[in-house]
Amino acid sequence: MSKEIAILGVGMHPWGKWGHNFVQYGVAAAREALEDAGVPWQDITYVSGGATIRNGYPGYVAGATFAQALGWQGAEVNTSYAACASGSQALAAARNKILAGECEVALVVGADTTPKGFLAPAGGYRPDDPDWVRFYLGITNPTYFALYARRRMDLYGDTLADFAAVKVKNSLAGSKNPRARYRKCFTAEDVAASAMVADPLRLMDICATSDGGAAMIVSSLEYARKIGKADAPRVAAISLVTPTFASSVVEMPDIATDSAAAEGVQAQAYRASLPVKAYEEAGIGPSDVDLAEVYDLSTALELDWIEDLQLAPRGEAAALLRAGDTALGGKIPVNVSGGLACFGEAVPAQALAQVCELTWQLRGQAGDRQVQGARVGITANQGLFGHGSSVVVKK
Amino acid sequence: MSQKPQVPAIEGWHTMAAKPHLIGTQCASCGTYFFPKQNDYCRNPQCDSTDFREVELSRTGQIWSYTNACYKPPAPFVANEPFEPYAIAAVQLEKEQMVVLGQVVEGVSVEDLKVGMSMELVLEALHETDDDIKVTWKWQPVAQ
Repeated sequence: MSKEIAILGVGMHPWGKWGHNFVQYGVAAAREALEDAGVPWQDITYVSGGATIRNGYPGYVAGATFAQALGWQGAEVNTSYAACASGSQALAAARNKILAGECEVALVVGADTTPKGFLAPAGGYRPDDPDWVRFYLGITNPTYFALYARRRMDLYGDTLADFAAVKVKNSLAGSKNPRARYRKCFTAEDVAASAMVADPLRLMDICATSDGGAAMIVSSLEYARKIGKADAPRVAAISLVTPTFASSVVEMPDIATDSAAAEGVQAQAYRASLPVKAYEEAGIGPSDVDLAEVYDLSTALELDWIEDLQLAPRGEAAALLRAGDTALGGKIPVNVSGGLACFGEAVPAQALAQVCELTWQLRGQAGDRQVQGARVGITANQGLFGHGSSVVVKK
Repeated sequence: MSQKPQVPAIEGWHTMAAKPHLIGTQCASCGTYFFPKQNDYCRNPQCDSTDFREVELSRTGQIWSYTNACYKPPAPFVANEPFEPYAIAAVQLEKEQMVVLGQVVEGVSVEDLKVGMSMELVLEALHETDDDIKVTWKWQPVAQ
């Protein structure tokens, strides 16, 4: 039995700093996805929402909040919270329901309104909270991205110019995306002139936080055929694996890694393990991939992801970048949406936004940023507390 | 020099000796180390021990990576005015097979650091209160 489901429609509220309630973005994205799918809201029998706790407080149970805003019609609901992988987890919940034969067509939606500046923990003296500990000791989010970036420089010879080139590449792609928040074409000089935040990363190497909403209508393949959309792009795999002990890379918000001192235990990198299950489940390999949407929380992190997705051998992503292979028109375009560099992160919507982009690309509807002949795309993202995801979409 | 007493910023996470150690725990069954301390369950999937002993971790290691903080972090961080950037290192401990983050001592900048460099653990002020000086562990290049 096929484990695939069809993506009938996608929609996004443009990313920005709009200052509205997140529900508004989710509803706009959902309505666009419904219209794109040609499926009436009344026919949706499952609503799966990606939730944020950071801002939309826990009372806002996302699935039900979106269902109420669109008008209660008796659908079943689900809410997923998995940090940056929330959207993928919400999509996985809908897929499970569809593959179990309990639902024909579902709405998956995530949206966020984010605060300005550093994301800070609650106060007091709370050494049991790793987030409190690291902020107290002066370790913020950019610290982690900068540690990974510096390691690339010292180990592989990556340069500041390479990191800037990622920003330049993504901003050029994002300038062609009407849903992106930042659509200015930045130059290497612009990046170099921006303030140093966490050496070697400058302000323009690090992604912002944004308001935004993304949604999709997914269904069984049979339902897709029934409504004349048998050729719709399909979700071929969703990987939501945890790290495997001992996790070797120091990850936000921890102050230390696992220890790999015990017999029979090996140090293992989490990011690289995420796509392994996705490739296996989709029955494809890295050479089958036409484009990738990866979580470029920093410019340097995009290079890590390229290697984690096995699109380049370890340490060689910068060579791919320098050859223009990861740009639009290159051999393996990465972040043709503009990536987080142009969107800024809207946590529960971001993993879904990646899938939306792949859907437009595979349908040949990406306009000036179209990857010619795209048939297979993969996403990758990672967030706090061992949450991450990788989704394969194919025609 | 302030006459205020020096107290740990976070109680029980390191010794207060001249050559200080981080205080972690070790699983009595499989030997996995934990920092911060873990006394309730072993996170090695091959081990279900609930028996741990408190241990002092190695006080030297090699730099896994490093960076700095050019902007003042938000509370609960307590910044000096004016804010002075400080370096941060992630240091790999050989015996424990783990990486531990910490600030680098004052006066050492990212230009002085390199992946693989030997570092040792020292104590330095994190911030001062009306009553005392809160000290924490920091990494310092091992004198050549």
